[in-house]
Amino acid sequence: MPNFLYVFRGGMSSRTFSPKEMQESMQKWATWIQQLTKTGNFKAGDPLESGGKVVRGSRKVVTDGPYAETKDVVGGYLLISAANLDEAVELSRGCPIFDNDGSVEVRQIHQM
Amino acid sequence: MVDFRLQSARMTAALTRILGLHNLALAEDVVQDVLCRAVELWKFHPLPDDPTAWLLRAARNRAIDLIRAERTRLRFSPDLALQSEWTLSPTVNAMFSESEIADDQLRMMFSCCPPNLPPQAQLALVLKLLCGFGTSEIAAALLASDAAVEKQISRGKRTLMRAGALYEVSGREQIGKRLESVQRALYLLFSEGYHGSHEPVRAELCREAMRLCGLLAQHPACATPRTLALLALMCFHAARLPGRAAEDGSLLLLEEQDRSLWDRELIRRGFQIIDRSAEGEELSEYHLEAGIAAEHCSANSVRETNWARIVQLYDLLLALRPSPVVALSRAIAVGELRGPREGLDALAALPDRDRLDEYPFLPAAEGRLHLRAGDRAQAAESFRRALALARNPPEARLFEARLREADAPTCARPS
Repeated sequence: MPNFLYVFRGGMSSRTFSPKEMQESMQKWATWIQQLTKTGNFKAGDPLESGGKVVRGSRKVVTDGPYAETKDVVGGYLLISAANLDEAVELSRGCPIFDNDGSVEVRQIHQM
Repeated sequence: MVDFRLQSARMTAALTRILGLHNLALAEDVVQDVLCRAVELWKFHPLPDDPTAWLLRAARNRAIDLIRAERTRLRFSPDLALQSEWTLSPTVNAMFSESEIADDQLRMMFSCCPPNLPPQAQLALVLKLLCGFGTSEIAAALLASDAAVEKQISRGKRTLMRAGALYEVSGREQIGKRLESVQRALYLLFSEGYHGSHEPVRAELCREAMRLCGLLAQHPACATPRTLALLALMCFHAARLPGRAAEDGSLLLLEEQDRSLWDRELIRRGFQIIDRSAEGEELSEYHLEAGIAAEHCSANSVRETNWARIVQLYDLLLALRPSPVVALSRAIAVGELRGPREGLDALAALPDRDRLDEYPFLPAAEGRLHLRAGDRAQAAESFRRALALARNPPEARLFEARLREADAPTCARPS
């Protein structure tokens, strides 16, 4: 089965959430990922630290990143296996990030 | 299971003690940051064995890093040894011990209840800083708008920060007056949950008030007879929460409640605590209210309730704290003790009756007494007035059910 990368953008960065809301969101994510693990789709995944650097151009200029608006900042990724792009998209619909205006970019990993 | 709300309150208290009350906003930022990191990690990975310890450790480490980075620029709690690298970590570690965190929550509680803040603002602050509620959650609990709560909290925090340091909870003499405002705030928090808001906020507010009152009761200087009486009162009321509403959420009258649903363990605890509260000389309003609640809890039915004792306790309460709502409760008890006619007379003779013009339980009480006296038309009229004053759907359903009962044709009437 081919592998796919979910790239998460936005979500809980839009406003301040109460501790209870944060906990609820965390539990929804954990449930979703447990589900993907049970069905054998889950391969790996991690959150990304906020902040970082961007290295660019032939002069390898280093700037502080992420540079985009908060809604475009990549907050984490997930590696999953699915039969095809359609299934990968279908599986992403369960992601709790949509409750808070976030997005999931679904990309197939190019295989040799 | 980890409880983010509770832990956020505990971390806020500990961090405010370390960083200083003037750095309250900074302490709150650290907590927000710690919770955000935890959420990110635990979204993807299984929880650690002890997530609560993980959160506290993260908060402690963030505090140490912050103090290292900012100690030349910012001023922290001057009475703590935070300046030297030799003492920084051990000092901060010690401040995160369980007993310190409990004391810090008490300090925060006292700080949230200064005499120059109105009770409603004290409640908002307590919910925010000691219960970990968000603005919208507080607004829902106190039936206020988000904007109003926002304003109340930011004003309240400014008042708090002007105090300079957290309130020092030491001897009984010194904390006396302030302890009374803290008790009052916890009483209001509990009542808000018991009478005011809708499910499931209700149970949550009662639980929080009991947790905070429990902290008071564990501290030698704060565990006064009044505090213990207040805690006993909360136990007796909370024990009856499970039977208070029907499955559809509508309120049930005392005589309709299934007493087997009452929490026997909480009632037992209430009696234990009320015994301890009787050790002093003082007979406070909390003692009297706890005494009344205890009578209800120990009776098997409305009929078997010791109404004579309850009327007596209401008389004492009225002498101590005259209030129209207490007078109304007394009149209802008189009706139970001496019959509906006397109850109606007592209602008619209520002092400050006009202050209850908007209070639906006054016409509702009249309706019930009319019904018991056999006057259905008057009863229906009273329940219609109660229904018009109902403040939330459960109350409305309660009065609708009464109204149907009063309007129903009697079976006994010959055809």
